[in-house]
Amino acid sequence: MTTVTADTGSLSWYEASARQRIDALVDAGSFQEFIGPELRETSPHLSIFDLPEQFDDGIVVGRSRLQGSPVLVAAQEGRFMGGAFGEVHGAKLTGLLRAACALHQDVLILFDTGGVRLQEANAGELAIAEIMRAVVEARRAGINVIGLIGGRAGCYGGGSLIAGTCSRLIVSEQGRISVSGPEVIETNRGIEEFDSRDRALVWRTMGGKHRYLIGGADLFVDDEALAFRQAAIDALRGKRGYDKAVLEAEQKRLERRLQRFGEAKDAVEIWQALGLDAPTEIPALPTDAFLRAAGKRENADDAR
Amino acid sequence: MTRDEILASLFPNGSDIEIANAILAGKATLPDGRPIHVLGITQGQNLGVDEAIVLAGHVIEIIGSQDQAPILILVDSASQRMSRRDELLGLSEYLAHLAKALLLAEAEGHRTVGLLYGGSAAGAFIATALSTGTLVALPGAHPAVMDLPSMARVTKLSIEVLKAKAEATPVFAPGLDNMVRTGGIQIVWDETAPLAPQLATVLAQPAGQDDRARLGTERGGRLKAAEIADRVVALATASHQGVQHG
Amino acid sequence: MEKLSFRLSSPNSAGGTRTQAIVGVVASGNLEVLLERTSPADVCTIEIATAAHGFGLVWDAVVRDFAARRSAGGLRISINDGGARPDTVALRLAQGVRKIEEPER
Repeated sequence: MTTVTADTGSLSWYEASARQRIDALVDAGSFQEFIGPELRETSPHLSIFDLPEQFDDGIVVGRSRLQGSPVLVAAQEGRFMGGAFGEVHGAKLTGLLRAACALHQDVLILFDTGGVRLQEANAGELAIAEIMRAVVEARRAGINVIGLIGGRAGCYGGGSLIAGTCSRLIVSEQGRISVSGPEVIETNRGIEEFDSRDRALVWRTMGGKHRYLIGGADLFVDDEALAFRQAAIDALRGKRGYDKAVLEAEQKRLERRLQRFGEAKDAVEIWQALGLDAPTEIPALPTDAFLRAAGKRENADDAR
Repeated sequence: MTRDEILASLFPNGSDIEIANAILAGKATLPDGRPIHVLGITQGQNLGVDEAIVLAGHVIEIIGSQDQAPILILVDSASQRMSRRDELLGLSEYLAHLAKALLLAEAEGHRTVGLLYGGSAAGAFIATALSTGTLVALPGAHPAVMDLPSMARVTKLSIEVLKAKAEATPVFAPGLDNMVRTGGIQIVWDETAPLAPQLATVLAQPAGQDDRARLGTERGGRLKAAEIADRVVALATASHQGVQHG
Repeated sequence: MEKLSFRLSSPNSAGGTRTQAIVGVVASGNLEVLLERTSPADVCTIEIATAAHGFGLVWDAVVRDFAARRSAGGLRISINDGGARPDTVALRLAQGVRKIEEPER
């Protein structure tokens, strides 16, 4: 495992660990962790299920600098328990968002999560609600909360709801955003509704390209840590605040989406309705070509 | 209690509430004469993109009225709608949008109170009941993140084993008592007494900080959350001062 | 979980000045290794919590080999194991020592 810093080399965001992502994202050497692994604040609940703990409970939070400016960072580790929110895991993020209010510093959330950790489901569910409230309070105070999505576990369940409260979302093609996962839909509604083994279907329904095209994400980047870094710098320049005007604009935006695409059976129909050239080619396009083809996408602008 | 019994007990002075596709919206008069907005998702409905946008629209209208009146949201839902269409259209944005609308309403001076009187689960629970300033419940309410059979499938443990483990901790199993002990629900009302005074008591509390983690600590159901969050705030503030001073 | 604990003689101290390092993640077939410079200079302690029961002898061989080959003196090593194979364990231990010896920035 090589250490990649913000000023060297290339690192796949998808393949990287939470700690590698932070190292590659923020200014070299600037990260300071809060409640690091040496404090062994592990989940008090996993032992009930005889499951192994992780010293950071699957999330790394701390302070750092991005292009010299202070920024708070949280990164989920998607390989530990699917990056799921448990009591300690969630409370670290809640605390970070409240700290953002106290310090008036922006926040980057590196999502990589399957949602609520079932072994501590009630605590995880409440953590999601507490985090969403803390995000809204931070945004109302003029703090930008940016979500970065492109990890192995995607951004599912309650994680996708938190993402929906963020000021801006940065996504790569690998960054899936969805409330119910493919397997959950198939289990509950049958394979006719959703075939979870049809990977192409999963990607074009929940993947980063589709989310970017319908305005569900604001910046689309390569699966590359430096691309995420540059996008985070850009996203932090976005408009601040959260008020009635933003809420009304989002209502209009989401109503319009239902009017335009509510009858579509598949993502390709939506891309066609958007007026994209060769919509069936979208999944195969490399980033440059995709961004050129995406000119007619729905844009969330400040309606988020 | 049925929805109509609840409304009658809450609003003896009457109410003007319409129900369309299991979504409920209207206004009522509190015993002290003040108005209150009433919203709801009922009949065990799934919360999908179509329901969420309608509910959020009602909340936005209320915020626009600037009447500062409280909002009561009744909840008897299923989970988020698990469908290809809802996810294709970006369900996470719709649920988050509804949650943000409720959170903003509270911040704009409309006290928001959730009343869980039936079921609610997962994303639907978060976007409605758990996005209010104060969540109360009636006996018989049954919140869940995931039902036990599904949980058994995912954890590869039998339902019997899960039930045995649930005896020792409120942290994972579905149910009203567990959600109370972990701090998600402030109080369970007495259904044998009139509900109007019980609502008045809640409305008399000022809107304030999110105290759910603290409640979870006090009730022994969530011992770490408040402490960990507070520690992160303290560390962030301290390290900030350290940097500023040299 | 099975808990194992070792206290090994390791005459050569780990280099560098970092006080701690962490490598790996807890997942199926993987493990995390936390290294802290808090043991006496010629001692390496290793505490293991593992999901795979009954592999005490394998762990014993892996950690003794590690302490004999590497400069691990002064290290307190804590492992959370999701059932990694011995070669993965050896790799992570070596990575951990390399990481704690890296120059500080």
